Amino acid sequence: MIKKLLPVLIGVMFATSAFAAKNDNSIQVKGSDTMVNLGQAWAEKYMEKNPGDFVAVTGGGSGTGLSSLISGTCDIAMSSRNIKEKEIALAKKKGINPSEIKVALDGLAVVVNPANPVDKLTMDQLAGIFTGRIANWKELGGKDESIVILSREVNSGTHVYFKEHVLRKMDPNSTEEFAPGALMLSSSQAIADEVAGNPSAIGYYGMGYISPKQKPVAVAKDGASGFVTPSIGNVLNGSYPISRPLFLYTNGTPAGLTKKFTDFTLSKDGQDLVLATDFVPINR
Amino acid sequence: MRKIREFVIEKLILICGLASIFFVVLIFLFLLKEGLALFGVESPLKFLFGKSWYPISEPPRLGIFPLILGSLLVTAGAAVISVPIGIGCAIYIAEIAPAKTKEVLKAGIELLAAIPSVVLGFIGMVTLVPLVKTIFHLPTGLTALSGSIMLAFMAMPTIVSIAEDALYSIPKTYKEGALALGATHWQTIWRVMLPAASSGIVAAIMLGIGRVIGETMAVMMITGNAAVIPASILVPVRTLTATIAAEMGEAVVGSEHYFALFAIGIVLFIISFAINVTADLFLHKRQ
Repeated sequence: MIKKLLPVLIGVMFATSAFAAKNDNSIQVKGSDTMVNLGQAWAEKYMEKNPGDFVAVTGGGSGTGLSSLISGTCDIAMSSRNIKEKEIALAKKKGINPSEIKVALDGLAVVVNPANPVDKLTMDQLAGIFTGRIANWKELGGKDESIVILSREVNSGTHVYFKEHVLRKMDPNSTEEFAPGALMLSSSQAIADEVAGNPSAIGYYGMGYISPKQKPVAVAKDGASGFVTPSIGNVLNGSYPISRPLFLYTNGTPAGLTKKFTDFTLSKDGQDLVLATDFVPINR
Repeated sequence: MRKIREFVIEKLILICGLASIFFVVLIFLFLLKEGLALFGVESPLKFLFGKSWYPISEPPRLGIFPLILGSLLVTAGAAVISVPIGIGCAIYIAEIAPAKTKEVLKAGIELLAAIPSVVLGFIGMVTLVPLVKTIFHLPTGLTALSGSIMLAFMAMPTIVSIAEDALYSIPKTYKEGALALGATHWQTIWRVMLPAASSGIVAAIMLGIGRVIGETMAVMMITGNAAVIPASILVPVRTLTATIAAEMGEAVVGSEHYFALFAIGIVLFIISFAINVTADLFLHKRQ
């Protein structure tokens, strides 16, 4: 019995060692949930064009991606926010040198249920809603219902971006926070589902998640400027006020396979995929 | 030769026995080491009774009072629902049900125990959450109550099977004696069987509660995770376990946030330890 199995076992050993050797041809991409569909699309197209190379993409949030880059468990971190000073310091301590590549732009859509009569809001009103100062839809011309605030968890780059740009209006000394009663959901999809089923909910996420079950709100920078809907054109011409860059972070200047992949993301094919997944390309 | 074999086997088993204690001690030490580091920068009182949880702000505000209340509220709700139903079910299975029904019921309860918590959470999110929202006319169904109902399902199998064991192991003579004295079936159960099995039933309840307070996935999916001090059971809450699970992936190793999550682990450890000790004290008092 054992003699019969032996060749099989040896075969398995060789196969696994061959697989291990093949891992030199693979890269791990990890991070932003906003970018995970885009990363997946890039990886599929890239592997189609470069058979033999292997790209694995996982989500988890920008913070998760950056902390795995720092601890050396992934090659490329996707991030929907800039790396923090603290994270750079920590990376330096571990001998990692994060290098930033801007790959796309994203408009953050603020969404409500289609049954909600409110369809445009100013940035001040948004800050008021998400900090809890405005608690009822009737203050905004809607029905007499209390507002259910939906937010992403703190590991989300979208959460951080929204807090810094909408709640705190880019003011580093501001101490505005999400209302303590805001529901923290673990994914953009969970927010999309809750908004679709709850007429008094309001949430935010990357433009790519908008579907007919939610209604994106038109946003104005202030009382004087007009209300602008989140669309690719409006993000590109800069009129939509809540848009942000999306980044890839690598350890040092990309080289070898990592460079091959990051170059691909900036190539025409890569940027076409950016458009196809509802983000805004930066290289056209 | 036989003696040597005996000796070797005995020692091996001894090592296995010690290994589990060894691992528990290691885990506890690691938890303490990482968690206590927080108290170099934050006072324990501010940590335990602080009312805001904003871990990633500058400077972070790390007050877990709302989280403790959230955990306790969800657990208390689950206990109120699962204990009467669970014990009623155990009485029915042990005392009243005919043999065939008994087999079916026991199999069903074991099946309930086999459902993974993430599946329960998912089912709760799709069915229970909208129901709670419409019944109570709430702005959202992601509430402590939804969590309590779902967790009651998870505590039930533990409570039923242990309580049923306790009832089953009462000597037959107790029951026969009571019936012979002219007690009705219900009087026998209420006045004789339940008091006789009380230690086992308390243990069942405590183990059920222990399971509930440590549960993570289902509560994270259906309680809304808002870190507010709950005013009623119909508002969203954030539990200790869900906080650790949701934020551990992001926390930068060595930051205050990271240490705070370990300190939450210590708090959870102390709570479940207290539950076990209470159960133990109760058992010994009865005996």
